[in-house]
Amino acid sequence: MAEVLVYVDHVDGAVRKPTLELLTLARRIGEPVAVALGNGAADTAATLAEHGAVKVLTHEASEYADYLVVPKVDALQAAVEAVSPAAVLVPSSAEGKEVAARLALRIGSGIITDAVDLEAGDQGPVATQSVFAASFTTKTRVAKGTPVITVKPNSAAVEAAPAAGAVEALSVSFSAQATGTKVTGRTPRESTGRPELTEAAIVVSGGRGVNGAENFAIIEALADSLGAAVGASRAAVDAGWYPHTNQVGQTGKAVSPQLYIANGISGAIQHRAGMQTSKTIVAVNKDAEAPIFDLVDYGVVGDLFDVVPQLTEEVKTRKG
Amino acid sequence: MSLRIVVTVKYVPDATGDRHFADDLTVDRDDVDGLLSELDEYAVEQALQISENSDDDVEITVLTVGPEDAKDALRKALSMGADKAIHVEDDDLHGTDAIGTSLVLAKAIEKAGYDLVISGMASTDGTMGVVPALLAERLGVPQVTLLSEVSVEDGTVKGRRDGDSASEQLEASLPAVVSVTDQSGEARYPSFKGIMAAKKKPVESWDLSDLELEAEEVGLEGAWTSVDAAAQRPARTAGTIVKDEGEGGKQLAEFLAGQKFI
Ligand SMILES: Cc1cc2nc3c(=O)[nH]c(=O)nc-3n(C[C@H](O)[C@H](O)[C@H](O)COP(=O)(O)OP(=O)(O)OC[C@H]3O[C@@H](n4cnc5c(N)ncnc54)[C@H](O)[C@@H]3O)c2cc1C
Ligand SMILES: Cc1cc2nc3c(=O)[nH]c(=O)nc-3n(C[C@H](O)[C@H](O)[C@H](O)COP(=O)(O)OP(=O)(O)OC[C@H]3O[C@@H](n4cnc5c(N)ncnc54)[C@H](O)[C@@H]3O)c2cc1C
Repeated sequence: MAEVLVYVDHVDGAVRKPTLELLTLARRIGEPVAVALGNGAADTAATLAEHGAVKVLTHEASEYADYLVVPKVDALQAAVEAVSPAAVLVPSSAEGKEVAARLALRIGSGIITDAVDLEAGDQGPVATQSVFAASFTTKTRVAKGTPVITVKPNSAAVEAAPAAGAVEALSVSFSAQATGTKVTGRTPRESTGRPELTEAAIVVSGGRGVNGAENFAIIEALADSLGAAVGASRAAVDAGWYPHTNQVGQTGKAVSPQLYIANGISGAIQHRAGMQTSKTIVAVNKDAEAPIFDLVDYGVVGDLFDVVPQLTEEVKTRKG
Repeated sequence: MSLRIVVTVKYVPDATGDRHFADDLTVDRDDVDGLLSELDEYAVEQALQISENSDDDVEITVLTVGPEDAKDALRKALSMGADKAIHVEDDDLHGTDAIGTSLVLAKAIEKAGYDLVISGMASTDGTMGVVPALLAERLGVPQVTLLSEVSVEDGTVKGRRDGDSASEQLEASLPAVVSVTDQSGEARYPSFKGIMAAKKKPVESWDLSDLELEAEEVGLEGAWTSVDAAAQRPARTAGTIVKDEGEGGKQLAEFLAGQKFI
């Protein structure tokens, strides 16, 4: 069976969930071969094997942390040359898309970004994309070269499928461009202990209606009662009430959870672009005419300062 | 010293309009108003700020690849304060994919001459966020992308990139390709003076032959990707909407419990 390269997103050996989703999708079109780079690369092998990787190609070098993007492109290119895969799958993070694009150009292949589903087709893998703020669904194919496809988080359920996961060292020689952009400093983001926004099953978001940084405690309390991640609209982020990393929307994160709860958010097209594919959508807004209500499965017209704390108490009581 | 900045700007269908696909599965640009992609306004803004903070002679050229109406995007950028514009226009460009777009842009950038390329973080129609990286690959220069803060001094570009797990400080020598996010700073509104001045600024028009490109390398035929189907997402069925009369939170909890979220 044809091999399919899967680029591994990991932090010091801890594999992120979107990569495990990619392994599930990869099995629909071939045998997954994972590529793990940088510090802790070899530590990813056990998890990847459990989820279907027949092989794990690893390479550790300080270049991956010290320079932007290009060293990873060099390594993926080496992997493509070593394996001759039927496709290359990369998680749709901002960096993942940049790595994938440069790889595609180098190997003379087309690129598809932000696929939300993937299946085998007569002329190679067929990707589903959700475009124009999720108002259209397209079926897209790479027509030239080895398909390079980036896939959004939450596009498939993670399935265990034990495989060999044999670790092999990948041999990489870095290109002249590899050291072009230096990373001169790095401030790691502090963990909040809440689930990752893009990976969470439930997202609770606050907008301009939350009316102040201190009031986000109400949103966080609801999120914690449900084990949810916290999101924010750009209006709330621009006002300095919540960090930009939590922004949901076109220029923030695209989320696709089982449940999305929008509080004090009007539902502008750029916000909808990032949450419209959520399975169940709920909103609390005091304006019955707010466009967000066009999207909801359940909406409460009311003041969030009354509704949200009452909901939080009720959730806690029911959960016991 | 002089610094030549090329800002890439895309002309896109208005996101608040009724965007849809034409019969050949390319974007229908006839039935919906177009405008300068809002995220490219941030790129123009940063070019202007680099110019204002520099002792060097800075020349800002805005570049677009698009149909005739795309001149509107160039006019907007010129009225914000860019110095001149280049419009790459050719019927054979219809349906070009990201790889093809980056080819045309790279050729035009090389022909124009540059020390720094500034792009938006993503277009508001394709929203791929890949063109800046593709330009860096094609031009063989460093990519310093997705910056929320950018500065240029003594032939070096520095910036801050806010990623998922960390915020990074980046640095590269010119020439380089930069892309900026909407966190980089509000874009200015064109002044009346700026709008009047823009009318006199030069707009060059280039076609494929000016860039020594063949029709087969671009357009729908030359695309390395193929859109086989496009369907409008079915409208969501109308949900239940209740008015809070003191029990709104409890009613919502009841709904969530019914859906097995609690
Ligand atoms: C290029 C571009 C990119 C953008 N990217 C994004 C993006 O990624 N994400 C994003 O979110 N936006 C984005 N925006 C901004 C977007 O257009 C909207 O401005 C933004 O989403 C509005 O945020 P909001 O809904 O919180 O605020 P508003 O639109 O001001 O809505 C606030 C809502 O809160 C309600 N409210 C007020 N008080 C209460 C209360 N006490 N109880 C209940 N309800 C209350 C109001 O009725 C109102 O509906 C972008 C814009 C542009 C131009
Ligand atoms: C809904 C949709 C989905 C698409 N999916 C794919 C796909 O999966 N694969 C594919 O190869 N193509 C795809 N395309 C085509 C692709 O969008 C165009 O070829 C496009 O010009 C490049 O990608 P982008 O618009 O997403 O740009 P991005 O990579 O998001 O743009 C980043 C920046 O590059 C600059 N830029 C981009 N285009 C131009 C331009 N024409 N003129 C000047 N500057 C520009 C701007 O500064 C912009 O801010 C898609 C188009 C649409 C409308």
